[in-house]
Amino acid sequence: MKAFIPSSRILRSLLPAFSLTVLLIAIFYLQPRTMSYMGLNLLLNLALPIAFATLAQMCVITVNDLDLGIGAFVGFVACVGATWLNDTPVLGAGVLILCIAAYAALGALIHLRNLPSIVVTLGMSFFWLGLALLVLPTPGGKAPDWVRAVMTVKTPGLPATIYASVLVAILVHVALMRSAYGVVLRGVGGNPRAVERAGWSLLRAKMTMYSLAGFFGVLSGISLIGLTTSADANIALRYTLLSIAGVILGGGEFVGGRISPVGAVLGAITLTLAGSFLSFLRISPDWQIGAQGAILILVLALRVLINRAGSK
Amino acid sequence: MAKPWIWAFLGAFLVWFSTIVYTGGTGAGAILSAALSFATFSVIVGIGQMYVITLGPGNVDLSIPATMTFAGAVSMKIMDTQDPMILPGLGIALLCGTAVGIFNYALIRLLRIPPIIATLSSSFLVQSCAIAYGRGLKIKPPELLADFTTVKIAGLPLLALCVIALAAIMSVVLHRTVFGRSVLAIGQNPRAAELAGVKVGFIRFATYTQSGILAGLCGYLLAGFSGGASLNMGAEYLLASIAVVVIGGTSVAGGFANLPGLWGAALFMFLLVTMLNTFGLSAGIRLLLTGVIIVAVITLAGGRRNNH
Amino acid sequence: MFESSERLIAVDGVGKSYGAVRALGEVCLEINSGQALGIVGHNGAGKSTLISILAGTQLPSRGQLAFADGEPMPGYGVGQAHANGIRCVFQELSLCPNLSVAENARILHPAIRGFGWKASATRLIAGKLDEIFPGHGINTGEPVGDLTIAKRQMVEIARAFTFVDTPIRLVILDEPTSSLDTVIARQLLAHLRSFIDQGGACILISHLLEEILENCDRIVVMRDGGVVADREATAFTKTSLVAAMGSVAKERGSTRRAPTKRKTGEQPLVSLRPARQSDERTLNVYTGEIVGLAGLSGHGQTEALVDIYLKNPPSPLVSGTQRPMALVPGDRQVDGVFPLWSIGRNITIGSMRHMVRGGLIDQQAEERLAEEWKRRIAIRTPDMHDNILSLSGGNQQKALFARALGSPAGIILMDDPMRGVDISTKQEVYEMIREEAGLGRTFIWYTTEMDELEHCDHVYVFRNGSIVADLSGDELTEQKVLQASFEESGDAERRHTRVDGAP
Repeated sequence: MKAFIPSSRILRSLLPAFSLTVLLIAIFYLQPRTMSYMGLNLLLNLALPIAFATLAQMCVITVNDLDLGIGAFVGFVACVGATWLNDTPVLGAGVLILCIAAYAALGALIHLRNLPSIVVTLGMSFFWLGLALLVLPTPGGKAPDWVRAVMTVKTPGLPATIYASVLVAILVHVALMRSAYGVVLRGVGGNPRAVERAGWSLLRAKMTMYSLAGFFGVLSGISLIGLTTSADANIALRYTLLSIAGVILGGGEFVGGRISPVGAVLGAITLTLAGSFLSFLRISPDWQIGAQGAILILVLALRVLINRAGSK
Repeated sequence: MAKPWIWAFLGAFLVWFSTIVYTGGTGAGAILSAALSFATFSVIVGIGQMYVITLGPGNVDLSIPATMTFAGAVSMKIMDTQDPMILPGLGIALLCGTAVGIFNYALIRLLRIPPIIATLSSSFLVQSCAIAYGRGLKIKPPELLADFTTVKIAGLPLLALCVIALAAIMSVVLHRTVFGRSVLAIGQNPRAAELAGVKVGFIRFATYTQSGILAGLCGYLLAGFSGGASLNMGAEYLLASIAVVVIGGTSVAGGFANLPGLWGAALFMFLLVTMLNTFGLSAGIRLLLTGVIIVAVITLAGGRRNNH
Repeated sequence: MFESSERLIAVDGVGKSYGAVRALGEVCLEINSGQALGIVGHNGAGKSTLISILAGTQLPSRGQLAFADGEPMPGYGVGQAHANGIRCVFQELSLCPNLSVAENARILHPAIRGFGWKASATRLIAGKLDEIFPGHGINTGEPVGDLTIAKRQMVEIARAFTFVDTPIRLVILDEPTSSLDTVIARQLLAHLRSFIDQGGACILISHLLEEILENCDRIVVMRDGGVVADREATAFTKTSLVAAMGSVAKERGSTRRAPTKRKTGEQPLVSLRPARQSDERTLNVYTGEIVGLAGLSGHGQTEALVDIYLKNPPSPLVSGTQRPMALVPGDRQVDGVFPLWSIGRNITIGSMRHMVRGGLIDQQAEERLAEEWKRRIAIRTPDMHDNILSLSGGNQQKALFARALGSPAGIILMDDPMRGVDISTKQEVYEMIREEAGLGRTFIWYTTEMDELEHCDHVYVFRNGSIVADLSGDELTEQKVLQASFEESGDAERRHTRVDGAP
């Protein structure tokens, strides 16, 4: 038995924490003033909404699908939050619950009709964007006060974002990686036929994961308007690509049910930081979006190399 | 569905008719002409996307908007409003598209990642290249090019006629060449295709490169049409390229492509926008309806076949 | 051997047919507790079908299963099987590679839940692994995908023996030791013995005859979908088992093919040394021969064929170069048929490169090819433009033959293409093959049917991914093929056949 085999797996799981640490060190080096409460707060400001969106994407990826509409969905939630949730909280809350149910229905549809999730969710992105424009045709609205209060609470020691991210990562980790039913949910991604043969309902599993995705999408939208105070239909469109990148950076794989909630949160934070990092490097904003693509490619290339080294 | 492309044209006709009824007959010809003009661009990228989607589930090219922007920006700058530079400009645009297509396939092959992610990441990079190169300055296209893209012959845009011809040619390529047959075979059953002598790797490479080339062409022409390249000129063409493929009747499970349907779907979508605008409905309704239609079409058509 | 055995399951006239193909005839069998039942048989004997019916993954077309309490179970499925204490370990693994060993154990037992489920699951599977395979060295927290195949097999087996509330009464194992080394295999068999001694029942399918003879109390020999022998293990020897598996000696000679004369110094057209071959044997095929590949299915024959086919791809930048080979697949759905295309298109895809005129495929040439082969191979259809799925299975297979034979390929590889094809179609195709071989075409034919080997010049027998015998002429008998398919490496006799056929 070669000692390399476990080491390759460990390397893969350490990659997200490693890249985050490297990035953080690089940022502190370039801009020592960020090593303060204020600095960290500014850097990680938008981390939480992105982390929630990444977790939503992770839920869908767990069952071997992909959600290309999460960005539009988060935008829609943000618009609802800044209008109905503020003006008529009951209606707003009802709509958001309905959205989660819609996600569950989507999962059922994709499973029962054997549809490619890419195209369906891409179509849904039109749908969510259109709904968002109907709710809020021009940027505006006002986030409910309680949301604002929650999102801007000042915690001792480290900014609230960090505590919140850690908490969320732990909760999802326990729910998905340590619970008995979480095993079944992940098993569906690994070998759906075997899980079905053991008597579990694939439909129920898919609907569960899609509902969770909807739930995290709602959290993402609400937390977003808590930070930006107003909303806009297009506000979170880039979250689609960011969330996929976050899951991958966090050690997840597109098929096979291999995901990591902690990794996903770390990946989301890394990507949030990457933007600031690039501006500290005086890289012109022109290249920022390209750099995100480059990071994704780099991480994937690293993974291929690690896998190849591990299998020798 | 024996002739699926009919539905798209039927839908287009119904929408156009409703619009005319609403306006009391005015502007019928103008609407149609405008529809043809704008639908042209969707069709160009739709052809590339259609071939890619036909390769089988999981194959999608998400780098089309970035490629369009990049090719448009680079070619406009090279041409620098000079008429004699039109053809070199075209060459450059096609070259840009080829480079992106090759890069996409390299990522898919070497990194073993799903085409969605490969084309997604490359779109980031290419978009950045476009932004950096174009640097926001909107360079006007050469006058001859601008005229070519906007001139009309007997009320019909010349560009549209050319693209109708292109679509016809690509349809023949699909059904009557070894390349086209190979794409259709791979989409139905890649393993059987390989065992029947189809060079699967090469065909996939060619398909992704072709999509890049067509996106490059589209960017070049769109820049000529719109008076220059802008940084988000490709934005709506991602969803548009997929929508015209799906609504046009191409199977998302692969192996079955429908070229006339591309035109029907493109016209349908543009006329739908026009109708909704005429009715005074907002952009939101348009997007919402588009989404519902896409999902409905796929749901009705069903997904992966159960032969694996 | 066993103290008291009571009848656990009575297999009462169970049969299974897939359309016109009869996979299992009327099988009557008794499975008793405290007894290890061995099932042996060559390809197509029906073993896999029988155990999948017992395990509940398939329903019988005829007959029924009667359980200990005498009540036949309606709607018997996997859930029912589990509830009745029946476990099956198939050859393809049913573990989730992304989950750990303990988590995979949980998947099988919905009753393990709530707080502390992980400790229970770990205890369950680790305990069972220790019980069956002491010293296994498997970390129950490790993802199954990171384990070696042998360890995965061990986990699969141990998991099958775990139970939470209903005790296990019958364990069915299909080739369980195929990926295990001797030490671990012995541990498994020892555990099986103690399981039997405590009153459990076990069904063991294996191609290792020694293993069956040493470990089973009763042996059932199957052939062509039926049981041909059902006796106590002591009543069999290896030779008698092999003899029982073979068919009654039939008239030979009329269909026997005269071996083609090879020219002196001729180079083989195709030469392949299988990847797992440990000695120097290679597969050599000369022009104009029909070479057979035999042995139990899944022992490397298909891999060898695909290897040969893909080994010389034409350069991608040089179009118009056709491989000199064509392949007729056996698994139509997975490897052969393009379900959206017409019959004609399914045929012409093999030759499309050669019908190009002016850049386009010549439609008239296509039509001609399709019509020609409709006639020659007698495809029963009113119109070659109909969708291929409108054809019966046998005719679909004919279309796949036409694809290969209609191409300019000089070498035709056949991957057990007659599986599940009706007898009249088979006869027609044999004629065709003989005709084509007469015209100078070379065939490499993997078949699981003994009769078809009659048509071959010589036959390579595969076992465990390598060639174990090269038979031709008078040596090409069913007994010798069976022997080679089942022999263990310890006492395999080397047979050397000289190229010109002299002994």
